[in-house]
Amino acid sequence: MSLVGQVDRATSSARGRGRRPGELTRGAGLGLGVGVLWLSLLVLLPIAAIVSTAFDEGLAGFWDAVTDREALAAIQFTVGAAALVTVVNAVVGTLIAWVLVRDRFPGKRILEVVIDIPFALPTIVAGLVLITLYGPSGPFGINLVGTRAGVVLALLFVTLPFVVRSVQPVLIDADREVEQAAASLGASGFTIFRRVILPTVTPAVVSGAALSFARALGEFGSVILISANLIGKTQVSSSYILKMIESQETQSAAAVATLLLVVAVVVLVLLDGVQRRTARRG
Amino acid sequence: MKSTPRGPLTRTSSRIAAVLVAASLLAVAGCSSSDDDGETSADGTQGAGGGDTSIDLVGFAVIQSAYDDLADAFAATDEGKGVTVAGSFGASGAQSRAVIAGQDADLVALSLTPDVQNIADEGLIAPDWASDEHQGIVSDSVVVLAVRPGNPKNIQGWDDLIQPGVGIVTADPGTSGSAKWNLLGAYSQALGDSNDTAAAEAYLGKFIDNVVSWNDSGRTATDAFVKGTGDVLISYENEAIAARASGVELDYVVPDTTFLIENPAAVTTTASQAAKDFLDYVRSDAGQEILIAHGFRSVSGVTPSADVEGANDPANPFPDVTIITVEDLGGWSTVNDELFDKENGLVTQLRG
Repeated sequence: MSLVGQVDRATSSARGRGRRPGELTRGAGLGLGVGVLWLSLLVLLPIAAIVSTAFDEGLAGFWDAVTDREALAAIQFTVGAAALVTVVNAVVGTLIAWVLVRDRFPGKRILEVVIDIPFALPTIVAGLVLITLYGPSGPFGINLVGTRAGVVLALLFVTLPFVVRSVQPVLIDADREVEQAAASLGASGFTIFRRVILPTVTPAVVSGAALSFARALGEFGSVILISANLIGKTQVSSSYILKMIESQETQSAAAVATLLLVVAVVVLVLLDGVQRRTARRG
Repeated sequence: MKSTPRGPLTRTSSRIAAVLVAASLLAVAGCSSSDDDGETSADGTQGAGGGDTSIDLVGFAVIQSAYDDLADAFAATDEGKGVTVAGSFGASGAQSRAVIAGQDADLVALSLTPDVQNIADEGLIAPDWASDEHQGIVSDSVVVLAVRPGNPKNIQGWDDLIQPGVGIVTADPGTSGSAKWNLLGAYSQALGDSNDTAAAEAYLGKFIDNVVSWNDSGRTATDAFVKGTGDVLISYENEAIAARASGVELDYVVPDTTFLIENPAAVTTTASQAAKDFLDYVRSDAGQEILIAHGFRSVSGVTPSADVEGANDPANPFPDVTIITVEDLGGWSTVNDELFDKENGLVTQLRG
């Protein structure tokens, strides 16, 4: 709904002079139609199908499916791991972006490329890489296979670029003169960070973090090898969903998927709220 | 600027929009007619030349190379002249659902009888598909124990798997139908001749406690094992032979008592004569020879006429051991209920 409203406003102010508010030009109307059709086919219809499958056996069926001990354990673990990963990414990702934008050092170009590798790798390849390094025959002598730490590591790996890549352009655009002015007025480094830099980058950090969270929630390929899929311990919800599909329990699979969808939407909305508030202050 | 009429601008944007609409419609249309995507042709000449017949084969992942060879050999016969096989390979359960959902298929070759039966239940395969002398089975194998080169933990049989400190890697029967063979192997040998269910449950409990990695498919289980996870991989004789033939460093042990793996195949109700001929060829001695070369045991008792590369003993690739079958345990519906049911199955309970 808000999308439609925004498009409305944007188009009527851009070239809708003399038109009644809310009325679209033919081109804009067609564009809006295509956009909504596209979104419907790709996103809304499939989601509606999943949600309706989830309630195939009514509310009780949905409740049974998501309170199944194994399902609950998988969901709790996945949401917790995704939250942890999101927090770590927000801090470390911002730091990496800061270093990449503000500092000059040899090998910076290479680091820029390295950051994107987790995006470029098919996730199952990421899983193989991780188990090679942090598996039983890895060079570091630490075996994370079948541990929760291993799963978190895999999620950190595949979500690393989100915060870095959303904060970087903001830092590049940030007006350094404001920081210099603050410094010349006697602000300490910490005050400058808190009052000047943080408000500028927070919206970007938050949007990157939101993407990290959503991705971590649904991650499959990179975690299946390192997690070892131990029920009640390291089983992630995507793996549980696959298992339900394979055992012809489509309704259970859809119910768990729907619950995850709700969690993701709630978190995205919350973070969106944070983003708006900080953006207004900034 | 002021004199620029809005007309052309609007027209341009509507033209762009029209192009977008057309493109999206084409994309949607493309999706619906892209059933052939991802299929590989045995000889790369799928559909080439008028009058040639193409068989749509829907198979499980492991059999791809064997069926590529079978298709080539079939094309060299009189019946197979000009027939190409377009194969789509993937996880058995997913393939079964794809056919039910409408994927074109003349011939299905899957890892478990229930996966074919589910298609037959939808009326897409003749109800009597399993009424031949081999109950629709075209290739056999047995459950084996793959170990590290040199067998450092000296694993010789099932009893060694439940010793403390032995890490077992297996595919998860929840996500991989073919992993059911692994658990059936463990369970059935512990039942023994006296059909001691208590002993079998106790064994399976210890077995499950020793599992360090449940993988979503047989292939990822092999990957995890090759990367160093665990001490023993529950696998299939044909998988172990194929892995060794392709240079993977592992040894395997065929236990004295093990479980028979049976892979069924059937033609669909809409299959062409060529597909029926091809299935007959797979069942023929010549076809069974090709499966043997890929590490499978023959259904019809054809003996290997050449060395099987990758086997422990290439000259005697299939050692004679005591073999338990799913029929011995009461058939698929019984084992699915007793062992693999999501609520009350023994495996589910022991894992929970």
